[in-house]
Amino acid sequence: MGDSGLPPVGDPGLASVGDPVPAPVLELRGVRASYGRIEVLHGVDLSVARGSVVALLGPNGAGKTTTLGVISGQLPPTAGDVYLAGRRVTGAASDALAGVGLCTVPEGRGVFRTLTVRENLRMATYRGVRLAEVEERAYGLFPRLGERRHQLAGTMSGGEQQMLSLARALVTDPEVLLLDELSMGLAPMIVDDLYQRVRAVAEQGVSVLVVEQFARTVLGVADVAAIMSTGRITSVGSPSAIESELSDAYLGAS
Amino acid sequence: MEDVLRYLVIFALQSAAVYAVAASGLVVTYTTTGVFNFAHGAIGMIIAFSFWQLSSSAAWDLPVLPSLLFCLFVLGPAIGWLLDRVLMSRLGGASTITTIVATIGLLVALVSIAGIVWPQSQVRRVPDFFEGESITLLDVNVSYHRIIALVAAIAVAIGLRALLFNTRLGTAMRAVVDSPDLTALNGANPRRIGSVSWMLGCSLAGLAGILIAPELPAFTPVALTLLVIQAYAAAMVGRLRSLPLTFLGALILAEIENGLALAQAKEWAGSFSPSLGDLAAAAPVLMLLIVLVVIREDRAALRPERFGFKVPRPSVASVAVSMAALVFVAAVVSVTGVFAVGTMNELGKGLALGIVMLSLVLLTGWAGQVSLAQLGLAGVAALAVWKLGPVTGLVVGVVATAVVGAIVALPALRMRSLYLALTTMAFALLLERVVYGENALVESFQPFASGNARADRIPGLEGDTAFFVFLAVVFGLVAVGLTVIRNGHFGRRLAAMKDSPAACATLGLDLTVTKLQVFALSAAIAGLGGGLLAMWKVTSVGRTDFALLEGTLPGLPLVLVAVIGGITSVTGAVVGALLFVCMPLIGSRVPALKDLMNLAPGLAGIGLSKNPDGAVLQVAEAIEEARAARADVDPLAAPERLGTDGDGTPGRITADEAALLDDELGLSWHR
Repeated sequence: MGDSGLPPVGDPGLASVGDPVPAPVLELRGVRASYGRIEVLHGVDLSVARGSVVALLGPNGAGKTTTLGVISGQLPPTAGDVYLAGRRVTGAASDALAGVGLCTVPEGRGVFRTLTVRENLRMATYRGVRLAEVEERAYGLFPRLGERRHQLAGTMSGGEQQMLSLARALVTDPEVLLLDELSMGLAPMIVDDLYQRVRAVAEQGVSVLVVEQFARTVLGVADVAAIMSTGRITSVGSPSAIESELSDAYLGAS
Repeated sequence: MEDVLRYLVIFALQSAAVYAVAASGLVVTYTTTGVFNFAHGAIGMIIAFSFWQLSSSAAWDLPVLPSLLFCLFVLGPAIGWLLDRVLMSRLGGASTITTIVATIGLLVALVSIAGIVWPQSQVRRVPDFFEGESITLLDVNVSYHRIIALVAAIAVAIGLRALLFNTRLGTAMRAVVDSPDLTALNGANPRRIGSVSWMLGCSLAGLAGILIAPELPAFTPVALTLLVIQAYAAAMVGRLRSLPLTFLGALILAEIENGLALAQAKEWAGSFSPSLGDLAAAAPVLMLLIVLVVIREDRAALRPERFGFKVPRPSVASVAVSMAALVFVAAVVSVTGVFAVGTMNELGKGLALGIVMLSLVLLTGWAGQVSLAQLGLAGVAALAVWKLGPVTGLVVGVVATAVVGAIVALPALRMRSLYLALTTMAFALLLERVVYGENALVESFQPFASGNARADRIPGLEGDTAFFVFLAVVFGLVAVGLTVIRNGHFGRRLAAMKDSPAACATLGLDLTVTKLQVFALSAAIAGLGGGLLAMWKVTSVGRTDFALLEGTLPGLPLVLVAVIGGITSVTGAVVGALLFVCMPLIGSRVPALKDLMNLAPGLAGIGLSKNPDGAVLQVAEAIEEARAARADVDPLAAPERLGTDGDGTPGRITADEAALLDDELGLSWHR
């Protein structure tokens, strides 16, 4: 990748010798973040192991999207650190992080609406893959995109836009994939299909962190789930264990 | 037939080519960075003057081709890169009005720099490329220079098309406009892409400047800078987005200009023919105005815009006390004769122009409507005072200015700040060229155009001492009156309209009427200032007192200095007015500081990109913080504790806290 623009390797003691659990590819330690003077993350700890799907769930305003914003370099944390494959990357710029394999599919159709499908895919070449290869893989994953390569992305249906967004992320072999509300505004069948593809890439070794407000679908593909509420992670566990806590988290019962 | 060919094909195509090059640079930077560069023409001017410096036999006399290549491929990109690093990087996420002020600051600074480096005492000329050489096309001699201009425009069109649609960099440049965040998430660096856009935009501005320079009647910084109006007009046809439509706009404009020139040459309009030339000069401004009015911005006026200024709400009593103090100081200064006559002249001008600045406090500071035409509007009342006498003239002038102000407001009813700034700038130039200008449409305005009009003072106030105190009293009364308005129902309506036009509309507030009222009132205040300025000067009143960029105290720097003083407070207008007149005054008294004083408004305008609140508010805040520090109270802590139980956990908002919030927000819920 050459000069990644990232900070130097930081604390190497993420996984101590003999640790039976593999070192997390992505880890957050005591992350705090604010919008102006209002703190919205009050010390978030979270880790994502290689090849696993972690679902981050919680009601509106819990701080899920902000957490992704901090990881992807869009919002510098006020305290705490973010580690990517053992390297401290706190505060690194989004483009530098994307360059080393952190790929984000943001909330609400992460496509360039005024660019064509092909031009949208061309933007993925900034992560070091040739356009021809990007196109071949994207159209292989989602043949519909190949049919619409010259269409403006903004004129496609919601599901097709989400396919494009996901394709752009998947075709460059990311290390870590961050997905924000992939299901928003989509028909349940399309959501199921998209999440099956997410499961498939995780099995190829990609670490995935999924943020979802509507939890049931994502719990079906996640290895680990965490509930977030008012800026803190309140519980972490297996999807089945977390599922039973969901109604409390969403309805505010203690 | 030969003339028709010459004017409507050869001349028009060459003008269109140059306008298209200039406008495409403007569009490229706007679409890829979101910053509309008011200084685009000024940058082209600096590069054109640098080209003259390098290549002219009257200067360094270097070969033309290396000079040209240096200007286009080294100097232009270097200026673009520097601009991006120094200015634009600080404007990321800034409000539209802050970017407008910063780029106008750059425009004013560059014009001042050109005035210092290339003094206007020397007459300069940029020769055509391959001067004197031409070919014959359809029986018309076409100079090589014109052919080069045309080829350059075609090359720019093809080059830009290829760059933007066939390369990864171009795709990323368009992607940044769509979403800078998403661009970064894809691994491209939006800052670097912005840098490239500025480098390209500046080079295109330079190319346009160099191509047009030989065609200008006068090769001066202001003339070259204002050529940007043609670029604005052409770019607006493409709605600042479409390059093909921008090129079409350039062609239409060139055809209109050259068509009018042809009609003038052929005397097709009989005795009105000479006026057609003036109309040709005003054509770009008129076209810009028409395009801005016609262009449809869907529901743009209802979209809230971020407004970079904090708006204080001082009590009427405190402003009344400060204004009484101002009048007292003015009386002491005037009666004791502590200052020389020259200084008093400038201070009096400052008070009159301060009233014009007060009109901006109301319009821009409180209502969030940008206007670059306030000084131009003030000229309407000055004209009336000159023509109709002091009392009748002032009354008629103020009313007429209010009416004109409301007319300017009509297109503004659904405009965003940027378009409003452009419209008012175009309107100010229209007034300057068509009404106040040397070729004014009304022949009897000629003395005003040449700066020889004479305005009598109000009977009983003929003496300098009395009139100076009168100016201070009027300033004070307007300031107190505005504060009453600010604290009253109308002031709250303005604040609400600025914060969220959509919310206001849903609450039943008539935005159209409110905007018309505020524009008319503000114009009336500007008119009052203009009429009083004419009376204070008595003699040599004229166009340059109310021009946009020319004269000692022009309109664009006036807006800048008003913002520097603090556009949201009436005391800011006092500081602004003092700065405005004192800077040239200091420059004339201390020759060593003359250049710095000329540069100061522009540089300060650029500096405002980081601190848009202006001097008065910043000083007031610093005092408040110092006071709080002495009392060991955190001035910011109180609002944060609202709604919590003191330890940060959520709790109830108490009645006292609610009252505090109401007070802070200017609400009246009658709890």
